[in-house]
Order: sequence, then C-alpha cells, then structure tokens
Amino acid sequence: MIGLEHYLTLAAMLFVLSIAGIVINRRNLILLLMCIELMLLAVNFNFVAFSRYLGDETGQVFVFFILTVAAAEAAIGLAILVVLFRNRRSIAVQELNTLKG
Amino acid sequence: MYDYYLTIVLAPLAAAIIAGLAGKKIGRAGAHWVTILGVGTSCVLSLLVLRNMFWGGAEPENISVYTWAVTDGLRMEVGFLVDRLTALMMCVVTFVSFMVHIYTIGYMHEDPGYQRFFSYISLFTFSMLMLVMSNNFLQLFFGWEAVGLVSYLLIGFWFKRETAIFANLKAFLVNRVGDFGFILGIAGVVMFTGSLDYAEVFASADRVAGQSIEVFAGTPWNAMTVICILLFIGAMGKSAQAPLHVWLPDSMEGPTPISALIHAATMVTAGIFMVARMSPLFELSATALAVVITIGAITAFFMGLLGIVQNDIKRVVAYSTLSQLGYMTVALGASAYSAAIFHLMTHAFFKALLFLAAGSVIIAMHHEQDIRKMGGLRKYMPITYWTALIGSLALIGFPGSSGFFSKDLLIEAVKESHWHGDGAIYWIAYLSVLLGVFVTALYSFRMFFLVFHGEERMDAHTKSHLHESPWVVTVPLIMLAIPSAIIGWFTVEPVLFGGYFGDAIVVRQGPDVLAKIAQEFWHGSLALVLHIHKSPAFWLAAGGTVTAWFLYLKRPDIPETIKNKLSAVYTLLENKYYFDDLWIKGFAGGGRAIGSFLWQKGDQLIIDDMLVNGTARTVGRLAGAIRQIQTGYLYTYAFAMIIGLTAFLGWLIWLR
Repeated sequence: MIGLEHYLTLAAMLFVLSIAGIVINRRNLILLLMCIELMLLAVNFNFVAFSRYLGDETGQVFVFFILTVAAAEAAIGLAILVVLFRNRRSIAVQELNTLKG
Repeated sequence: MYDYYLTIVLAPLAAAIIAGLAGKKIGRAGAHWVTILGVGTSCVLSLLVLRNMFWGGAEPENISVYTWAVTDGLRMEVGFLVDRLTALMMCVVTFVSFMVHIYTIGYMHEDPGYQRFFSYISLFTFSMLMLVMSNNFLQLFFGWEAVGLVSYLLIGFWFKRETAIFANLKAFLVNRVGDFGFILGIAGVVMFTGSLDYAEVFASADRVAGQSIEVFAGTPWNAMTVICILLFIGAMGKSAQAPLHVWLPDSMEGPTPISALIHAATMVTAGIFMVARMSPLFELSATALAVVITIGAITAFFMGLLGIVQNDIKRVVAYSTLSQLGYMTVALGASAYSAAIFHLMTHAFFKALLFLAAGSVIIAMHHEQDIRKMGGLRKYMPITYWTALIGSLALIGFPGSSGFFSKDLLIEAVKESHWHGDGAIYWIAYLSVLLGVFVTALYSFRMFFLVFHGEERMDAHTKSHLHESPWVVTVPLIMLAIPSAIIGWFTVEPVLFGGYFGDAIVVRQGPDVLAKIAQEFWHGSLALVLHIHKSPAFWLAAGGTVTAWFLYLKRPDIPETIKNKLSAVYTLLENKYYFDDLWIKGFAGGGRAIGSFLWQKGDQLIIDDMLVNGTARTVGRLAGAIRQIQTGYLYTYAFAMIIGLTAFLGWLIWLR
C-alpha cells in the first residue's frame, strides 16, 4: 500500500536533488532554472499529498497558483538568460561572478 | 576745541588713507604732500592746544565722541581726555612726526615703496594720537595695538630682507607678551571698577586698593598691585624694558626715519606715558612701584653698557634709547612722574635728532652702517656734524642742553626720593642712573668720534661720493637741534616745579620729591647750570666723554687691548647678556619644540595615525576579510541560503 510517507519521501528526494543540482552545477544556467522548477514541483507534490491525506482541496488550489507563478518565473528567467547570453556570449555559471566582493 | 581735537586725530588718518589707497594715482610727490599736509595740520593745531593750556589757562577737557557699544553697564566709547599731559604728548608726537615726514622725502627718495611708507607713518601718527588722547582704557588699547601694528609693518618695510622679516616678527611676538599683561590689567580694572573710563576708574581707585584677589588659591594679593604690575608688563613690552627689550635693537632693520619716530621718540615712550597717566593707580601700590623702579634701573644701566660694544651706528643709538627709557622708568618708580615725562619730551627731540643724523650719515655712506668703516666725516657733512654734536651733548647732559635739565633733575629726584627708606632698591636705582651717565657719555662719544673724527676708514669709492645730505634731510635736523639745545631752559621750571600737569598726575606714595626739590634745591635754570660742579652726574658725563676721546681718538690701540684682556666681559656684552638666546632658543625654541612634539606625536601619530586612519584601516581590514565570502557565484549564495534556511528551520522545530 502506498501511503503518505512514500509521497513525502519522493518529494524530499526531488527537493534535495534539485538543491544538489543548484549547488553542484557550474556549467549551465538553464540547468539551474530547471532545478528551481524541480524544487517547486517537489513542493507541489507535498501539497497534493497532504491535500489528499487531509481531505482538504485548498492544497490542490495552491498547486495551481504555484504552477502559474512557476510558468511566469520560467518565462522571465529564460528572457533574462537570453539577454545575458547576448551580452556575455556565455551562460556558464562559474563565469558569472560580477558581484564578487 | 572739539573740532580741533577731531581734526588733529583725523587729518593724519585721512592722509594715510589717501596715500595708501590712491598712492599710484597721486604719485610720489602727491603722497608726500598729502601726508605732510595732514600731519602739519595736526602739529599746528596741537601747538595751539598746548598754547591754550599753557598761557590761555584752558581747563582739561573730557569729551565723549562716540559710543561704540554698551553692554551690561559697561560703556565702550571713543573719547578724548585732553589735559596738559596729553597736550604735551600731542605736540611731541606731531612735531617729531612732522619732521620725520619731511626727512623721509630725502631718505626714501629712491625707494619703490615711497607712497606705502608715507601712508604707514601717517597711520602711525593717527594711532599714537588716539593712544595719547584717549579717555578710556579701550581706546588706549586700540591705540596701543595700532601703533604696534604699524611698527610691525614698518620694521618689515623692506620685506624682501630675511633679517627685516625676522626682526618684525620678533617685535610683534615680544610685544604680544607685554600686551597680554596689558589686556589682563585692563580686564582687572573692569573687574574691580566696572568701568573703562579713566575718570571713573581713578575715582574708585581707593576702593580697589582695599580689595584683594587670589590669583593662586590661598595667596591673596592686593588687587591694585596685581592690576598695576599687569599694566606695567604692557609698558615693559612697548617701552622695551628688560627682559622684554630684545625687539628694539632688532627693529633697527626698518628704515631710519621710523627708527627715529617710532623706536626712539614716540611709540616706545607710550609705556612711560601710560604709567604716568595711570599715576592715580600706581600711587596706591608700593609693590608695583618697586617693580617699576627695579626694572627701570636694570634697563638703564645694563642696556647702556651694551651700547659700548655695538658697531652698527643705529644699534648704538638703539641701546642708548633702551637706557634712556630705563631712566624714565626709574623716575616713574620714584613717583617723579613729571620728571619722567619731561625726560620723555627732551629725549624725543634729541634722540630723534640723533637717529636722523645717523640716517644722514647712512645716506652719505651709501647704506653702510658699520662705524668702523666711517671716520672723519666732519669736513664732508658740516650740518650733520653740528646737529649730531648737539644731539650727543643733549644726550649726555651737557650743561644747558635740554637733556641736562631733564636728566640731572631726574637723577636728583631719584636721589632725593630715598625710596621707601634707603633700602637696596634705592641704591640699585640711584647708582644705576648715576653710573649710567658715565656709560651714556662713553658710548655716545665713542660713536661720535668714530663717525666724525679720526682717520677716514671708508673705501675710496664711498669717499669720492661723500657729500652733505639735501635740504629735506638737513632742515629737520636743524629743526630738531633747536629744541634739543634750548627747550630745557624755559620749560623745566613750569613742567617740573610749576605744577604744570595739575590733576593729571597724582603723587601720594611717600613725599613728593619734585615738590621737595623745588623747595630745597631749585633756584632757577641759570643757577642750576652755574652750580654744575656740585653735581656728580656732570663729572661722570665729563669723565665718560674724556674716556671716549682718549680711547678712540688719542690711543685707538687701547680698546683692542681691553677687549683681549676682558674677553669674558666682552663676550657677555657682545652676546647681549644672552637675552636673545634666552628668548629665541629658550622660549621660542622651547615653544617650537613642544609644538613639534605635539604635532608629530600628538597630532600625527595619535590623532591622525591611530585614531583617524587607524579606524579606517581596521574597518578596511575587517571588510577585506569579510568580503572573501562574497564570491559572486550564484551557487554559493544559493547554498548559503539553503544552509541558513535549514538552520532556521532546525532552530524552529527542535530548539523552540
């Protein structure tokens, strides 16, 4: 029988994976954006799982909101990425250190 | 008379402003005409004022011209107190100034700063008149500082000379020491009487004398003594009394006309005038008078000695001035104020004459001032020779000359004063002024013989150009020689014994020596001259003159021998008793050492380096360390955020 804890475990694994992706990834900014999306999805997983478990639909409504925001965020993120590429001819993360103190 | 007084004061000021600001427009001749006109007006009007006082029986006038400010009952005013003391001073100042103006045309005629010079000396006349005519302490202080300022400007007139700049700075700084005492004295007057006006202050003098002040806690001093000594410190600075005399010999760096006007006849006598004017205060403090007489005696004798070893013609006269100022101060201390003022007047004439004669010699010698390189000038410069002879004779007190009456009676007054019992101070004062006569004669005639007699020691070029100075130089010499020679005859009796000064001078301390002399000793000018053989001063003066003649004309080899035999004394005199070293290396050098210590250690090291830059450096180092964590990489920030979030969550869940 697949219970709540299995869903939560999966979500947690996805979340940690995406963190690892953000921290470890040094090459590609697109991967970073994807990791952020993945993080949001992991959270969505938790919302849906708890919504089902508690019999409360509010969680599922939240998922829609999050998906919408994530879509907008992806659009903006990709737009920034395009501009960035035009300016620097590169999207490698290890080269983006203009903020270095 | 009110209009007269205003004109007397303002005419030189207006002339100074015109010559100073519009000097280029009016040209050189314009500058000297406008200033001579200004000072001439003052001189004529001053003589009229004196005539009214003397023969017209005019009463002293105390006029308030302008109220500058009133604060808390303290009135600050511009006003004139014209009594007989003031009238005499006004005439001396304007007359000598007038002569010096004329003389300057000849002395400065090649100088590029011609207009500036005339503007300064007119400004000086204005300041000096403000000083002597003042009826309150504030205006006195204004005049006091203004003459100091003009003196500073004129000593440094040739401002491209290092020595002149040094000399004027020295004069300024030494005068600051005196002026500090002076303004504290004025502050004391205001503190105890609540007024700046002479009349009010003198009226409440008795009340002040009964009070005491604790300058140092636990030792109450008489308030009047403190005030008088502080005022006298001001006089010591301005009238160059030891140990504040060091600026006067150096002030000879200025042009000769101002040496005659400022540093011999008028400004340096301001201190004497001030003490005489404050006689109602000084008479209430025996201690202050003891200080006055001691300082004066030291100056009179020891500064005279220095004149013997000087070789610069102007410095010899300068040391002579110091010594004569000492004489006047001794007379002040002996409560013989009239004698001091009388000597001030005669001294103004003959010392201005001597300076101007020295200037005439300097012109002829092409600005060579070393008397060892002169000699035999008598036949080239007859007018200068005779006028200088009159000046020198007046200075040593030749019977019948003006200096004879003033100096002889001054010494007599000191002798008769038996100053507060025949204590040590009395003998110091009396012996100083008496032996000073010998010294005076010695240095005066040493200079006179070396310059005008003996072999001609100048080089051939100078010798071929020797000639008498132009009339603008010789006329003032003659005009000053006349009063130097004869003014004593008919002024001595009214001024010293006729109660000429009236209420202007008050004597309360001990017996009035001049009144005593008038009763016991005085039988008219002629009698004094005829009984000259009874006066030790006369024999000392004669001895000094003969000694000078013997040493410098008859046997010129002897001074060299004496110099070698007494080399220790000679070195001491040559170094002016090391007073210059005391002030320059001791006080000025010490001040500078403290200053540079505080600058380098206190300011630069502690404040600048440790506090200001140190703070900045610490912040910088800290920032340098902290900024290492700002890598600029996205993943570092993201990781930091996650770590932070995790830590916060952990704290929220487990620790709360």
